Formats: sequence, structure tokens, C-alpha cells
Amino acid sequence: MQYTTTPRQQQQFITPEGELTGSLPEAMTGDWLQQAYTTMVLVRTFDQRVVALQRTGQMGTYASCLGQEAIGTGIGLALQPDDVFLPYYRDQATQYLRGVSFTRQMQYWGGDEWGNHFPDQAAQDFPNCVPIATQVTHAAGVASAMKIRGEKRCALVTCGEGATSRGDFYEAMNLAGVWQLPMIMVVNNNQWAISVPRQIQTGAATIAQKAEAAGIEGFQVDGNDVCAVYDVVRYAVAKAHCGKGPTLIEAVSYRLGDHTTADDATRYRQHEEVNAAWQREPIKRLQTYLHQQGLWSEAKEQSLQQQCKQEVEAAVEAYLALPEQPLADLFDYLFEERPRQLDHQYERAQAKLTALGGE
Amino acid sequence: MGMHEQIAGLNQPQNGEPARTPQVVTMIEAINLALHRAMAADPNVVVLGEDVATNGGVFRATLGLKQRFGHKRVLDTPLAETLIAGISVGMAAQQLRPVAEIQFMGFIYATLEHMISHAARLRNRTRGRLSCPMVLRAPYGGGIHAPEHHSESTEALFCHIPGLRVVVPSSPTRAYGLLLSAIEDPDPVVFLEPKRVYRMVRQEIYDDGVGLPLDTCYTLRQGEHLTLISWGAMVHETLAAAEQLQHQGISAEVIDVATLSPLDMETLVASVQKTGRALVIQEAAGHCGVAAEISARLQEQAFSSLRAPVARLTGFDIPMPYLRRENLYMHQAGDIVQAAVNLLEAP
Repeated sequence: MQYTTTPRQQQQFITPEGELTGSLPEAMTGDWLQQAYTTMVLVRTFDQRVVALQRTGQMGTYASCLGQEAIGTGIGLALQPDDVFLPYYRDQATQYLRGVSFTRQMQYWGGDEWGNHFPDQAAQDFPNCVPIATQVTHAAGVASAMKIRGEKRCALVTCGEGATSRGDFYEAMNLAGVWQLPMIMVVNNNQWAISVPRQIQTGAATIAQKAEAAGIEGFQVDGNDVCAVYDVVRYAVAKAHCGKGPTLIEAVSYRLGDHTTADDATRYRQHEEVNAAWQREPIKRLQTYLHQQGLWSEAKEQSLQQQCKQEVEAAVEAYLALPEQPLADLFDYLFEERPRQLDHQYERAQAKLTALGGE
Repeated sequence: MGMHEQIAGLNQPQNGEPARTPQVVTMIEAINLALHRAMAADPNVVVLGEDVATNGGVFRATLGLKQRFGHKRVLDTPLAETLIAGISVGMAAQQLRPVAEIQFMGFIYATLEHMISHAARLRNRTRGRLSCPMVLRAPYGGGIHAPEHHSESTEALFCHIPGLRVVVPSSPTRAYGLLLSAIEDPDPVVFLEPKRVYRMVRQEIYDDGVGLPLDTCYTLRQGEHLTLISWGAMVHETLAAAEQLQHQGISAEVIDVATLSPLDMETLVASVQKTGRALVIQEAAGHCGVAAEISARLQEQAFSSLRAPVARLTGFDIPMPYLRRENLYMHQAGDIVQAAVNLLEAP
């Protein structure tokens, strides 16, 4: 029986003040750091624009990823195209890096299932998962298929810390340990499951230590440090690819925004706490570090902000111009072939649409 | 009718070659043959569940599969039904064809979230990008004096969910053919096996790998005076009742619904248009059951042909009694004869 480590201490390469805690791994070159920074700024620009769209009635209920950019970016940069990504619903950065355009992401949040019809490069990725933690068992199934076929691929699944209270999380992690699955669980511990704080989700000192009960490796890292997230995910991906089994990663962050646009976090948490969390957010520290290294300037920052706005506005324009999906699509994807039993109901729906003035 | 208590030795199928000679088998043996045949035909078929590999399943449905196809394709899972359904969704999304066994229907409720929110919706949610060709098998129903929580018939739970096929075989022949078709189906199928029938009857079948069509009823007996509609173990009581009615000069048509969702109303409506009377017999509790749906639809679609309101003979709306009183809950042929006579006497 293999019994693995006590979780490592919270791992961090760049402090909130932008200081290096030790030397950066070689892979994190100046170019890499700028790519990570650029992605995070772009995703934040996108995220805040989507919130604004919701406020003006042009978007459905939306779950912001404000403050979670380092987790999504670190995962997206570490994961390989052949791997399968199973998100929860604050994974805008990872989805973007895997080729799911902002327009398509807005199509999803805007209420159209075609938003889950990902392009070829992400064709096997799962769509966002609303029933909490259920995606973790799906990931175990995806990883089982890879293992059965002897493929050098892995399944990476994300969830929040609230999800780790659920049976699906434990059942899947337990199986990953027994079957030594090529599977990575990244828990975005952003301290809040809607209004319920981390300390009343579990009596365990860390989420990472839950790995021990399953006989697998567990790590806790600073989820606001894109370098720390990338480093540990890269390690776990390489490990999974060479058949060394699953990894649980707890990425400690803070949900700077409301749970969703339908939530008002001021009802249950203090300004002081949120303000303190802003001091640890992921983008500012990397910007500070890049400045210190001479890799960044005010002019570069202005130019980046401009580019991000343009890219996001173009995506918004494309989203707002999307046609309504045909009515038949609501009936035609239930089964591979529409059963004749639905023909009459489809005709009724068609008549209703016509009566409402649609086509 | 007598139950065969004895477990017959299985005829292991010939490697790859479709059988040209018939075998006389029970339903559980027919299910085993179908699983062997499906696994031999398609390397993407995997079997998983509790006790299915080394032990061959508590009812022996999966006997010999692990020995023949190996531990990578025949998987003993940890004891976790939610997990079994969840990993089946993940496997199916990777184009495997998982056939998952839930040991008894009484333990199937932990799978509902995955069956309802994911298996039934994956194709629809992704507009065809991902799909879920999985089969969830479970023994269901009463009549074998099983422990508490082992005898319920809760098929209606699944029938209510758009995107799930619900299939119930009632004989060795249909168990073999319908299971093969369920495994080949590109979408999720809940395959509920009336365990009372597992070893109750034997039939001659050809292990030829040929499936039987889903989404269609099977007319087992032609008749003129009324239509008896049932599925699962109740089919056998219904056939016995039809035989008794024949002695009284009453000619009953007997239809095995077989696929409970989606419903083949064409066959049912055509029969009722001929007979003018319908009695729906189900083992499950009546309230919101499949019999209620069939009755309502017959009333909607064959009203002008009906000479009496559609009648239902269902379980009581109480929990399935523990084994001492289960016979009181389950209908026997005599109950069906009585209900049929009452229906014929109706104005």
C-alpha cells in the first residue's frame, strides 16, 4: 500500500508584493511570464465586460472569475491539447487558452447551448458543470477510459472548496487512488461557497490533506501566484502522463466578486476582508515583478489595456450579433435521432413560435 | 407458475462465431450471453459495477466476462453507486460503451443526479459534440423474497426524464435482443431486469448477436375483446390471465410494452381501436406511474374507439411490503382476470 506525503507547505514563487521567494523554474522565462500576465489581464477585461452586459440585460446570470485568473491561466498553460479539461464554472481563462473563444463563452452564459459546442482543439472537453462536484466523477470516468486504452493523456477537473464536501468528490478521488488514474483535481479554494465560508465546509486544516485518505498526493499552493499554479499542475500532468497516478491540488485564492451576478456578497462578508484579499490578488504582483525585472513598462501596460479592450469588444460585438438557434435544435439533440414521439410536440412548439411572431 | 430455483450451468458462447444452433436458457443466462456477445463484437464495450468481475455479479449476469475479456474491460468498482454512474458518463464521453450494473434497483437512487443531469442531457447540452452511449442495468421488482429495499419497481422515476430510454425485458429472448440493442444504442439506456423472471422461464434462443428493436411494443397474443398491457414480471401473470380468460370465452390481446420511454403508442392505439377496451397492469405503485401515462394517452389518442374508460391494475400507493406480505402487493393472474371481467362488464 503506497502511502504518500503530508501535503507540502503552501507553495509560492512570487509574493503579493511582487518579490521572488526563490529562483523561478527555467520554463518560466520572461516571455512565458509576459504571456501569463497578458492572459490574466485579458481575461479580467473580458470578465468585467460580461458582468456589465448582465447589468444591462444583455447576458444571463454570470459567475465571475475575478481574482481567479491565476488558477485558470496556470492550468491552461500547463495542460496539453490531448488532455481533457472538465471545468466547474469559473474557468474562463482555461477555456480561453484551450481555444473556446470569448464569443462562445458569452453564447453559453447568454443562454444558448451552442456555447458548449467547442471547437476542434477542445472537442473532448466537458462543458461547465453546474451540479456541484458531479464533474469530478466524470473526470474519473474520462481518466479510466484513457487508462483502459493505455493513452498518455490525462483528465484535469476543477471544483471549488465547497465541492469537496460532496460525495462525488470523495468517491472519485477514492477511485483515482485505487485505480491510479491519470487524473488531476484542482480545487479553487476561494474561501466562499456562496455565503458559506471555508471554515464551515470542513474541519480539516487544509483541503489538500483530503488526498491522504485516498492514498494519493496532495499539494496546497498559492492560487494567486500563476507561477506556483503552473508549476504544480505541470508536475501533476507529467506524472499522470507517465502512469504515476492522480494528484489533488488545492489552489488558495479569494473570490473577489459576488458568487454570481444574482448574488450580493455584502450581505455576508466584511469589506475589510475583501480589501485585504485585494492586496493578494494575482495580477498586480506579477506586474510588479515584471517591472522589477525590466520586462514591463507603463507604455506596454497602456498598449496591453488597449488591445484587451479591442479584443473583448470585438467578441462582444460578435456575441450580440449571434442568430437565435433554430427551434428544431431544442428537439433534435435529445437523442441521436429525434424519436417520432416528439414530432407532434415539435409541431406544437413551432405553432407557438409562429404565433409569437418568430420563424 | 413455478420458479426454477436451480441455477443451470452456462453455455459459454463460442469465440466470435455466431451460434447456429439454439440454446435453451433462462433470462439471466440470456443476459450473460448478450454481454459476452457485445464485448466480443466491440472492444469499446466495458462492464463495471459492484462484484461484477471476479464474482460474476450477485445474480451471475456477468459470469465469465473478466476471465474472457480481462480486468481492464470488466471492472469491480468501489462500493459507490453515484461513482458508477458518474464514471460511466465520463467513459461514454470518451466513446467507450460502459454497461454498468447497479446491484439492485433499491440502490439506484444514488445514480439519479448523474442519469438526470448528465447522461440524459450531455448530447443536448453540447449540441451533439459529446454523447453518452451507456447502459445502466439493474434487477428490479418483487417476488423473490428478497431483503428490505430489494423489491421496488420505480421505473417511472426514469421514464419522467427526457433523454433516457427505459427498457424492460420480460423473457429470455427479449432480454438477449433488447440488451444487445441497448448496448449498441448511441444514447443512454436504463435497462431494468425483472429479477423474478431471471430463472422463472426458459426459452430457446440463438446466440447470433442480433438485437431486437427498441422503442416498440411486442404483441404476445392476439385478441378481440380487450387489450391487456403490461411489462416486466407482470407480463407472465398477464399471459396466464389471458389463458384463463380464453376458457371463459374472452379473447384478450396481450402487449408487452418493453420500451417504457419513449412509448410506442401506435401499437397500443391500434390494438385498442380493435378491441375497444384496455387494462394496464403494472407492479409499481399507481400514483404517477407508467400505467397512468399510458391510460392518459389512450384516452387522448383512441377516445372514439373506447367502449369503457381505460382501467389500471397497479400496486397500492404504499411502500413495497417486506417479504411476508409481498404477495398481497403483487398482482397474480386471478387479479388480472377479475379486473378484465369488470372492464368487460363496464357499460
